Amino acid sequence: MKKYIAKRFLQLIPILLGITFLSFLLTNAGASDVISLMESNTGTVMPKEQKERLRQEMGLDKPLVERYVIWLGGVLTGDMGESFVSKKPVFSTFLSKLPATVCLAGTSVLLTVALSVPLGILAAVRQNRFTDYLIRFLSFIGNSMPNFFVSLLLIYFFSLKLRLLPVMGSASGGKTVILPTLTLALAMASKYTRQVRAATLEELNKDYVQGARARGVGERRILYFSVLKSAMLTIVTLLALSIGSLLGGTAIVESIFMWDGVGKMAVDAIAMRDYPVIQAYVIWMAAIYVCVNLATDILYRYLDPRIRLGGEGF
Amino acid sequence: MEKKKTTRKQKVQKDYARQKMVFFGTLVLLLLLAAAFAPYLAPYDPYEQDLANALKPPGAAHLLGTDRYGRDMLSRVIVGAQTTIFSALSLVAIVTAIGSAVGVFCGYRGGRLDAVLMRASDVFLAFPGMVFAIAVASVMSGGVMNAALALACISWPKYARIARSQTMAIKNAPYIAAAKLSGSGPFKIIFRHVAPNIAGPIAVTAVLDIGTMIMEIAGLSFLGLGAAPPTAEWGSMMSNGRSMLQTSPWVILAPGCAIFLTVILFNLAGDTVRDLLDPRSR
Repeated sequence: MKKYIAKRFLQLIPILLGITFLSFLLTNAGASDVISLMESNTGTVMPKEQKERLRQEMGLDKPLVERYVIWLGGVLTGDMGESFVSKKPVFSTFLSKLPATVCLAGTSVLLTVALSVPLGILAAVRQNRFTDYLIRFLSFIGNSMPNFFVSLLLIYFFSLKLRLLPVMGSASGGKTVILPTLTLALAMASKYTRQVRAATLEELNKDYVQGARARGVGERRILYFSVLKSAMLTIVTLLALSIGSLLGGTAIVESIFMWDGVGKMAVDAIAMRDYPVIQAYVIWMAAIYVCVNLATDILYRYLDPRIRLGGEGF
Repeated sequence: MEKKKTTRKQKVQKDYARQKMVFFGTLVLLLLLAAAFAPYLAPYDPYEQDLANALKPPGAAHLLGTDRYGRDMLSRVIVGAQTTIFSALSLVAIVTAIGSAVGVFCGYRGGRLDAVLMRASDVFLAFPGMVFAIAVASVMSGGVMNAALALACISWPKYARIARSQTMAIKNAPYIAAAKLSGSGPFKIIFRHVAPNIAGPIAVTAVLDIGTMIMEIAGLSFLGLGAAPPTAEWGSMMSNGRSMLQTSPWVILAPGCAIFLTVILFNLAGDTVRDLLDPRSR
C-alpha cells in the first residue's frame, strides 16, 4: 500500500508540471501581449519607452522557458502575480473566494447523495416496473438539461413566481444557497441515480444474493446488509470523483446566481481579460481535481479488500 | 471465435432496437434537414429588428413571441439550430477523427511516441473539462468556432484512450497476424482490419457525446465565450434574455426548450445506437 501511494505521488509530478506548463503557454503564447492588454484595460496610452521598461521589469523579454521556470517558482511560493484589474495579489484573492465554492460544492454533493442513492436503489429493486421507468425517465430529462437552463427555470418558478427563495448573493443568510445547490444537484443526481441503479442491480444478480434468498433471509435484510454495503463502494468512488469535476463545473451556475466563488471570479476575469486570475483559476482547479482523484483512488484501494490484498502492483 | 447461438429473446431485443433506431434516426435526420434549410423555414428574418413589436408574447403573428428588438423568436430558434447543432456535430467529428487516429497509431506502434502522447493526454484529462475550455476560449477571441476548438482541445484524449485500448486488444489477434503474413502493409492493416473492428465503441461514444457537446457549446456561448450577440445561437440568446426573465419568460424558454429537446433526441438516438452495436453494456 505504501509503495503504491508513493508511486502515485511520483506520477503526480509530471502531470502537475504539464498542467502548469499548459496554463502558462495558454496565457503567454497568445496573440495579445500582456502590456498592450494592460494598456487597453487602464484606458491610458503608454509611450513606447515606458512599455519597453515595463516589459523588462516584468521579465517579458526573456525566453519562454526561462519565464516559465521563474513563474513556476512564484506559483510554488504562492505568488502568482497581481490582477490586472484590481491590482491585488491573485493567489490571496483566489483563496478568499475558494470557501464559497467549496461550500456550494459540498451542499450539492450532499443533496446528490440524498437524492440519487435512495432513488437508484428503489429503481433497481423495482426493475422494469413503473417506479423504475419513472425514475429513469426523470434522470434522462435531468441529464439533457443544460445547467444554465435549469437555474433560470428555478429562478423563474421559485423566486419570481412563487417568491419563496432569494436569487442572488452569498451573503444574505443561508437561503441563497438553495437554488444553486438544487441546480447542481439535479444534474449530478440524474447521472448518479443511473449509476447507483446499475451498481445495485449488478450486486442483486450475484450468487450470494441467491444463496441468501435460498436460506430464507428477508429481501430487506439482503438489501440493507449485503447489497448496499457492496454497492456503496462504487457509489463512494463516483461521488469522490464528482467533487473534483463539480469544483470546476460551478462557473456558469455561480455567475448566474452571483455566488461569490472562484467560478464567478474566473468568468468576471474573462470579461476583463484578466489573465493572471484566469491562470490561477485553471491551475488550482486542475491541481485540486488531480489531488481529489488521487485521494479517491487510494481510498478505493483501501476500502476494497480484493484490491488491497491482491498485490501491490496494478 | 465460436459462433454464438442467438436466443429468441435476443433477436426480439435486437429487432426492437432496430425499430427504435429507424424512428430516432428519422427524427434526427428531420432535425438536421430543418437546421440545414433553416433560412427557408424561418417565417421571418431572424436578424430584422422591429422595435414597435418588441417583447410581444407568443401569439398568432409570432408563434414564440419576439425578443427585445422585436425579432421573431421562432425564426431565431430555427436559425440558431444551424449554428448550435452543426458546430456540435463538426466538433464531435473532428475530435473523433483526431482522437482515434492518435489512439490507433499509439496502440499499433507503441514505443516512445506512444508514451509521450499518452502522457500528454494524461495532462489534458487532468483538467476538469469546462475549466480548461473556459480558459482556452477566453484566450481566443470568441466565436462559435473558437468555442468548439476549445472543447476539442479537452475532448480528444477520451477518444484516443478508447481507440488505443481497442487497438491493443486486437493487435495480436490471429487475423491481424494473417494479414501481416500475406504481406499487407501497416496502412492496409489499420484501415482494412483494425479500423472496422474498433469502430463500434468509438461510434457509440461519439453519438452519446453529441448531446453533451451541444450543451457545452451553448454553455460557453452563454458565458459570452462562443457566439457573439447578434448571431442567433441558443446559448447566447438565453444569456441575452436573462434580464427579461420576469417580464417575458418566452425569450428564455424558447431557446432553452430547443436545447433540451435537441439534446434529449440525440441522447435517445445515442442510447439506441449503443443497444444496437454494443448490447452487453446495457
